[in-house]
Amino acid sequence: MTRRGDTVFKSLATSAAVLILVALAGVAIFLTLEGMPALKAEPDVLGGKGNIILYVWPLVYGTLLAAALAIIMAAPLSIGLALVISHYAPRKLAKPIGYLVDLLAAVPSVVYGLWGIEFLGPRLGRAYAWLAENLGFLPFFEGPASGSGRTILTASIVLAVMALPIITAICREIFSQTPTLHQEAALALGATRWEMIRLTVFPYSRSGMISAIMLGLGRALGETMAVAMVLSATGVVTINLISSVNPSTIAANIALGFPEASGIKVNVLIFSGLVLFVITFIVNFLGRLIAARGLVKEGR
Amino acid sequence: MAKSIDVSDLDIYYGDFKAVEGVSMTIKAKSVTAFIGPSGCGKSTFLRALNRMHEVIPGARVEGRVVVEGQDLYGDQVDPVEVRRQIGMVFQRPNPFPTMSIYENVIAGNRLNAKKMKKSETDDLVESSLKGANLWAEVKDRLDRPGMGLSGGQQQRLCIARAISVQPQVLLMDEPCSALDPISTSAIEDLIHELKTEYTIVIVTHNMQQAARVSDETGFFNLKATGEPGHLVEFNSTQKMFANPDNSDTEGYISGRFG
Repeated sequence: MTRRGDTVFKSLATSAAVLILVALAGVAIFLTLEGMPALKAEPDVLGGKGNIILYVWPLVYGTLLAAALAIIMAAPLSIGLALVISHYAPRKLAKPIGYLVDLLAAVPSVVYGLWGIEFLGPRLGRAYAWLAENLGFLPFFEGPASGSGRTILTASIVLAVMALPIITAICREIFSQTPTLHQEAALALGATRWEMIRLTVFPYSRSGMISAIMLGLGRALGETMAVAMVLSATGVVTINLISSVNPSTIAANIALGFPEASGIKVNVLIFSGLVLFVITFIVNFLGRLIAARGLVKEGR
Repeated sequence: MAKSIDVSDLDIYYGDFKAVEGVSMTIKAKSVTAFIGPSGCGKSTFLRALNRMHEVIPGARVEGRVVVEGQDLYGDQVDPVEVRRQIGMVFQRPNPFPTMSIYENVIAGNRLNAKKMKKSETDDLVESSLKGANLWAEVKDRLDRPGMGLSGGQQQRLCIARAISVQPQVLLMDEPCSALDPISTSAIEDLIHELKTEYTIVIVTHNMQQAARVSDETGFFNLKATGEPGHLVEFNSTQKMFANPDNSDTEGYISGRFG
């Protein structure tokens, strides 16, 4: 005997699952079909670059560089913040801090863009001048420093602030799920709080922390508006982080280029979108893989 | 190494709630002291107050004194971390560190104390601790396997090995056998008998036969009424407690008339 409720729910759930797959496949097919003509694009629509690969490469580089810098900054900060909320702050303080961090996730990216241009950029511009003067021997700070501060480093800082709430929220949840049993075992051995965290919380949360960072990375890779506003991009490949000559990112390049694009130029932008799609797909896949490996290692 | 504990007028609070009231007793060195009593009577709370583990719960505090070898554990200068290094604890459910091997579990406490030890020294320590916990023969060929792969009783003995590897003065056991089968229970009880030649042992148990079997002295905790704090009804030698207790409530509890 089958019950109507079961049947209805099953078909609802199944169709939701199928819908996701159809949507994903639809996007992939669209990107591939519309992107293909770009392979035959002439240099005049490619900003003077010889072929589509040469055109996309600096964008890929900029995207990965900005996202990587953002995660390097955001990950330790988020993990520290999550620990404060889950293990250090008294409960009265931990809750409001948690809400505030969650609130960061609710701020629209345009607002982050404005903040980056108007507030962060000019202030960082002065710091960049100092960096160029005193640490100029490092290739990252070679200069000449950008006065407006609209550099790849500024964009990364904005991205880091945007990725922070995602990573923090997930880490906080996992940290607070560490079994009391294990935490007490460590404390009873005479562990300080930090030793207890190293001994029990981190091993327990390792795979979750990796997933959290990967999700943050996904956000940083795909973020469009804030980067488009903050970054003064010229499409070069450089590791100089503070000059006014910066690589652009795929997402920002599409956002800035699309309104004036027509004909094959549209295909070129769509092709770069396909590349971004593949990159995020790979990042997510690697994240899952690492997280799953961590689980197997823990045994149960 | 083993030390006695003098408790005088100890009140234990969780925030405003008074969980245990007015406990005074002397726990003798190199002996086994058991606490019995109905659920919720504060015996576990009292046990945890002996190495300041109850402070893990926010708002927990005590009034009164717990003195080990002339040193008040709740003195202003005393670091709870230091207290717990001196007074080890074994919990109700076995809790080896899940990501560590048997070997790493045993030396986890020594790693914390950041002592630099030679490989041969740690090898010796692991062997002596596991022998001390009657586990060596069963695991000596698989020290690098995860501690979680052992049976429940073996895990509990691993936890005991971990606790004694830091050479504590006192070993607290919070219902160490309640999650174990009778054979593992008997193995742990035998172990308690051996350990008391070197350590002061305090054990909380729900099993009165167990208290009678393993302990030299027994304390009976009870609640005056629901919602009232727990208190120590009687503290006497185990023999006297189970044969001819001073207090009629103790007799009632032990003979199964309530609780």
